[in-house]
Amino acid sequence: MEVVILGAGIVGAACAFHAASAGLDVTVLDRGPVGAGTTSRGEGNILLSDKEPGPELELARLSRDLWDEAADELGPETFEFEAKGGLVVAGAPEGLAALHAFAARQAAADVRTELVDRVGEFEPHIAPGLPGGVHYPQDAQVQPVLAAAALLRAAVRRGARVRTGEAVAAVTGTGGRITGVRTADGVVLPADAVVNAAGTWGGEVGRRLGAPVEILPRRGFVLVTEPLPPMIRHKVYSADYVANVASSDEGLETSCVVEGTRAGIILIGASRERVGFDTAMNPAVVALLAAQACRLFPFLRDVHLIRAYRGFRPYCPDHLPVVGPDPRVPGVLHACGHEGAGIGLAPGTGALITAQMLGRPWRGADPAAHTGLLPERFLTTGGVPK
Amino acid sequence: MAEPRDLGGRAASREPRCLGARRDEPHDLVVVGAGPAGMAAAATALDGGLRVFLVDSGPAPGGQFWRHPPDHAREGVPTEALPAEDLHHDLRTYRALRATLTAHERTGRLTLLLDHHVWTTAREADGFTVHAVDRSRAPEERAVVLRARALLVATGAYDRQLPFPGWDLPGVLTAGGLQALLKGGGVVAGRRVVLGGTGPFLLPVAAALAGRGAAVVAVCEAAAPSAWLRHPAPLLRNPAKWAEAAGYAVTLARHRIPVRTRTAIISAEGEGAEGERAEGEGRVAVVRTASLAADGTPLPGTERRIEADTVGVGWGFVPQLDLLLPLGCGLADAGDGTTAAAVDAGQRTTVPGLYAAGETCGVGGAALAMSEGRVAAVSVLTDLSAPGLPGTRRLAAERRTVARHRAFARALAQAHPLPPAWPAWLTDDTTVCRCEEVTAGAVRSVRADGSAAGHRQVKQLTRAGMGWCQGRMCGPAVHCLVAAREVPYTPAERLIATPVTLGALADSGEPTADHT
Ligand SMILES: Cc1cc2nc3c(=O)[nH]c(=O)nc-3n(C[C@H](O)[C@H](O)[C@H](O)COP(=O)(O)OP(=O)(O)OC[C@H]3O[C@@H](n4cnc5c(N)ncnc54)[C@H](O)[C@@H]3O)c2cc1C
Ligand SMILES: Cc1cc2nc3c(=O)[nH]c(=O)nc-3n(C[C@H](O)[C@H](O)[C@H](O)COP(=O)(O)OP(=O)(O)OC[C@H]3O[C@@H](n4cnc5c(N)ncnc54)[C@H](O)[C@@H]3O)c2cc1C
Repeated sequence: MEVVILGAGIVGAACAFHAASAGLDVTVLDRGPVGAGTTSRGEGNILLSDKEPGPELELARLSRDLWDEAADELGPETFEFEAKGGLVVAGAPEGLAALHAFAARQAAADVRTELVDRVGEFEPHIAPGLPGGVHYPQDAQVQPVLAAAALLRAAVRRGARVRTGEAVAAVTGTGGRITGVRTADGVVLPADAVVNAAGTWGGEVGRRLGAPVEILPRRGFVLVTEPLPPMIRHKVYSADYVANVASSDEGLETSCVVEGTRAGIILIGASRERVGFDTAMNPAVVALLAAQACRLFPFLRDVHLIRAYRGFRPYCPDHLPVVGPDPRVPGVLHACGHEGAGIGLAPGTGALITAQMLGRPWRGADPAAHTGLLPERFLTTGGVPK
Repeated sequence: MAEPRDLGGRAASREPRCLGARRDEPHDLVVVGAGPAGMAAAATALDGGLRVFLVDSGPAPGGQFWRHPPDHAREGVPTEALPAEDLHHDLRTYRALRATLTAHERTGRLTLLLDHHVWTTAREADGFTVHAVDRSRAPEERAVVLRARALLVATGAYDRQLPFPGWDLPGVLTAGGLQALLKGGGVVAGRRVVLGGTGPFLLPVAAALAGRGAAVVAVCEAAAPSAWLRHPAPLLRNPAKWAEAAGYAVTLARHRIPVRTRTAIISAEGEGAEGERAEGEGRVAVVRTASLAADGTPLPGTERRIEADTVGVGWGFVPQLDLLLPLGCGLADAGDGTTAAAVDAGQRTTVPGLYAAGETCGVGGAALAMSEGRVAAVSVLTDLSAPGLPGTRRLAAERRTVARHRAFARALAQAHPLPPAWPAWLTDDTTVCRCEEVTAGAVRSVRADGSAAGHRQVKQLTRAGMGWCQGRMCGPAVHCLVAAREVPYTPAERLIATPVTLGALADSGEPTADHT
């Protein structure tokens, strides 16, 4: 079976890794270098802690296991994999009660949670006086571009090919079935299956393939400090973050996740704004993130910000990724719209796409268990968008 | 503490009482950078009737050209002795500009903000906000927001560095760094100095060092002298430049400083490193030079070993575009392997209301920077319909000056290219990015496996350019290691132009209590 994967971000790389491991004939096409899209614009959080029970959490749990497998196979060092755990803290006693209730529902969905009374014992430099929090030992971290590059390299070792070029149109045969992809330079890559892993540009690529899906951008800024000796042990964030992730309000939301990385820098991220693809700097957002980080860790007041960057998270109107075959164009599968969790969800997505192409479970991914992510949810029975 | 002093030799006026209040009021124009370009622009705009913020991160106006010694270096030195004419050319112009600015400070039209480093800017419906940190009470930092209808970025350029084995030893500096050390009152007497690189700035540095009692044992110019003859026209049209160069040549001859063309410093070794590599050991003790083939490859058998305790290396300059890129400003190939702000004949960038002048538009010397500053200011006056426009004849003459100097700068750049084969001087363990300690070998290997197409990608894969300097130092070199030769270096976009403490930023988000 010949598979063409459109996009060499973390999601496309993970799809290539699993499909090639399953023995499929894989070609990855990207208009730029590996991981240069949103994958290089985010952080590397692999979180269970921020997810409500539901289809996304199920994919996240599968993904979390597959990250462990990938670390075993490729070496945790190759992409700075660190299973450091997350600590969610409440700012006030009412917040703590809500956080505990949230954690109890997650625990019922098989997420490991530990209630923490004295957060200072977990994080010695955290602000004094916080009422408590929850520790999520499964939360982990990777360096996204290194991870995408490592997965793609492993796919190439298993026979995959990587090409540079822009996908412009589908080539279809009888019954509207896809038979290939045409690139901007007029080359046709033959394919039995085409995976739309174009992230934030997945909407446009879907249109070009005759299988449109609505993927929208949600802007985020991340702050990077000067390198420091280790001061922060976990991913630390305040419980408001959970509310923001699930929110579909317009406008700006910030609630920062603070974490140290192997290189000694501290990452503070990220804001969420719906402003289309506006690349303009927003100093007010930077100030807000800085203020929130300093409230969690007062020592940060004297630490220098040396860099900020921004990216556009790809999201679907219902804030769930779209993963699976498109009923309108046989042979097209979507793997995009992961919003602020595409790094964490990538291996699970790659395995699920592979299972869907094989028509049987693959590495713990059972197509029958993840139907909530299928494109059908946006389509009426006639195959047109709802 | 010593009273802050100006280059003009008199005490600088203390920060006026009302400065905090003035900072809060919107002005017509913000000029970032008070070098030759920014000072000239501000003076013209002020004379034309505008209210102007002139902002610089340094403690005094002047920029690279009229750099000031820090207070501590002046103590015990008679003020008359400074600045010395050999280091600060054209002090008359400086004093005249400074006097104009001072007069406008008195009338309240100019708000001069020194020790203010701009960390970002943003476009608003009716102009720009300019976000700076006030470091005048260092180590305290305070965030400041300035508002104006127009923005002129005159942030200059910085040294382009090419790594070579041993370039990270103590005692190895950039030529610009050496000059700054001199202008800042640093001690060089008695040092044995070797200079290398390419371009006309090596000569004034050599002359100034010799004049201060250093032994300049060699100046290694990578270009061939005949290269000048390939573009004679623009060079001949700038007799003042020839006179300047000739003046340096006389000084060099007087001090018997050998200038070796088609020669480069290809490695340096530290103290106590006889025969073996000892990078990072002691101060630099020895440099190796070699004659270069036309493509820059060292010619076998031409290597020389020269003892030196100070090395200055200059490979030209890179325009400082940090504030311009995030605003979406279009860029142009500067002709010397770098990119610069794209401007029209009136120094307007591609972004409405945004102007650029001086070395942000390409390297070309102080006179050009000043002319461009004046042209830019006239455009601002025109675009804001200000009353005080200078006559069209003067403007036309100024524009001709700009065109002539630009042609000269291009010709110079073509005569002093980077030697294409310089990466051959690097061993795999030569550090390329000093902040993150990334070696040439690491950069080459991500290039070889096809995963890295540009310096941005190399950064993601190797961390080169991710440290304190954010690739300002290593970016051009990494670019040369991975990109095709004809592609000029375009810096990565940096949303934060200078490190700022999170505390200062956090406070700026809160309602401000006190501003004075
Ligand atoms: C500020 C911020 C913080 C984030 N933090 C996290 C986090 O902590 N944890 C987490 O899990 N996620 C995080 N994310 C989200 C995560 O970065 C994304 O979900 C993820 O990178 C999406 O990966 P992708 O492979 O789908 O898309 P991309 O990485 O964007 O890859 C898509 C690729 O498709 C290519 N492409 C597009 N169109 C075409 C075409 N026509 N032809 C050929 N190629 C094409 C592009 O060049 C690109 O390389 C964050 C995002 C942002 C913006
Ligand atoms: C070693 C050396 C020798 C030279 N010799 C000669 C010579 O002989 N003849 C000649 O004509 N030229 C010479 N020059 C070049 C000359 O110095 C420059 O052409 C001239 O200074 C350029 O002026 P400018 O205003 O564009 O930039 P600059 O003089 O560089 O001024 C830029 C100013 O912007 C400020 N700035 C930058 N970023 C920010 C920010 N984010 N916030 C606030 N402020 C900021 C800087 O502090 C600086 O003061 C020499 C330069 C060097 C380095």
